[in-house]
Amino acid sequence: MGAVDIKRQAPNVARMKMLGASVVAAESGSKTLKDATNEAIRDWINNPITTHYIIGSVVGPHPYPDMVAKFQSIVSKEIKSQLIEKEGTDSPDYLIANIGGGSNAAGLYYHYLEDEKVKIISVEAAGEGVESGKSAATSVLGKTGIIHGSKTLLMQTKDGQIVEPYSISAGLDYPGVGPLHAHLLESKRAEFMSITDSDAMLAGLEVSKLEGIIPAIETAHAFAAFKYLDFKPNDIIVVNFSGRGDKDLNTYIDYFNL
Amino acid sequence: MNRIDKKLKEEGKLLSIYFTAGYPNLDDTVDIIFKLQESGVDMIEIGLPFSDPLADGPTIQDSSTKAIKNGMNTNVLFNQLKGIRDKVSIPLIIMGYFNPILQYGVEDFCKKCNEIGIDGLIIPDLPIDYYEVNYKSIFEKYQLYNMFLIAPQTSDERIRKIDSISNGFIYMVSSSSITGSKDSFSPEQINYFERIEKMNLKTPRIIGFGVGSKETFNTVVKYSKGAIIGSAFIKNLQNSGIDSITSYVSLIR
Repeated sequence: MGAVDIKRQAPNVARMKMLGASVVAAESGSKTLKDATNEAIRDWINNPITTHYIIGSVVGPHPYPDMVAKFQSIVSKEIKSQLIEKEGTDSPDYLIANIGGGSNAAGLYYHYLEDEKVKIISVEAAGEGVESGKSAATSVLGKTGIIHGSKTLLMQTKDGQIVEPYSISAGLDYPGVGPLHAHLLESKRAEFMSITDSDAMLAGLEVSKLEGIIPAIETAHAFAAFKYLDFKPNDIIVVNFSGRGDKDLNTYIDYFNL
Repeated sequence: MNRIDKKLKEEGKLLSIYFTAGYPNLDDTVDIIFKLQESGVDMIEIGLPFSDPLADGPTIQDSSTKAIKNGMNTNVLFNQLKGIRDKVSIPLIIMGYFNPILQYGVEDFCKKCNEIGIDGLIIPDLPIDYYEVNYKSIFEKYQLYNMFLIAPQTSDERIRKIDSISNGFIYMVSSSSITGSKDSFSPEQINYFERIEKMNLKTPRIIGFGVGSKETFNTVVKYSKGAIIGSAFIKNLQNSGIDSITSYVSLIR
């Protein structure tokens, strides 16, 4: 994990350690998700016999994006059965997920990709604003390029150097999207939205008050999209509640002076 | 005949040096090349720096970051190399990751290399199947060799495939690792060198990654046509500057 992210989501790191993991800090580059992915791939290069699976998101060289999407697809499988139970149909009107590399989103969409009636909305991090120079809005700022062994949309300079992204949320702080998501954007199967840090933080607070569940800041981005979308009263909307906010309490405390 | 082939046909073992263009200073590129040729190096790999060099250890990561900060990019490099062939006759190879080449435009990049007199490219993150379908004809049009890498875990089948489509040499990575010099080689590595030697490949092999001293150089050239030194050379540049190049090379052989 990037050294910066180890600090900003310390409870998650503690939890991993309690479960017996050793957590190695990635100290290169911006010390966030991109750099942790670099170091994970370098570790794989150094340990090719013992290391078979290394990346948690739908990024990296083939077949890792495929593998992770299949593992995450349990999300949409469960939604199908739960929706039948609760709504009498297995297909919602909207699927909404936050997207950094895009693993939770891939899981949410997986069994609905062919079902064109289901609208897909991918919410990425605008950071301090898409044009602010501190952003991770790949759908707007990205161009076709190669990162971590995938050809996909990538935030980069005109010389092809990867641009350091920024988001208040550790999981969305990635300069690309998994190749599946680049395809969904290009084929117009998914609509992309960019949500700023401040919108996301306010949505996180609102969800906490309304639902009694503190969302991860990643997840809060998906909820923040609601105020920019028009729904009909009977629309069935599924938002992937991708993570708990207790890992982000430090950031919430600092941000709102709690 | 491509300068790489000509060089490979010479007697004796080859010493090839990799350096990151734009490091330690933006305008050192040409001086470093001159000094390497003067000091008797056989071949040079000019590193086009990339922000996220996945196959590289801390030394080359660091030199790449500094080179980019110094202002190095593809256009700057090509400008620096203009006219290099008036004075330099040894093979020159550009080594870099694929994204900067893709953004420049693969055909434009190859055309420019040909104009300058670059003999080949080494692109560690360009897969061979993708190369064959999309770029092989472009490389051939501009008489550029593309050197592929093999490592201890590369299957025999893939090595044979690489051998069949290779020109110049096969870049043999000495161990399952990212770049960076080591003090010595393990018995497993020696087994691997011997195993590959027994495959009787048609393409000569040059060993790199982990080579950085007279001792490691002498070991690997027992099993190959030559060796590539990168990180250790860059470390020397960092510590002793470009005036130390001749004495550094003389320490290797």
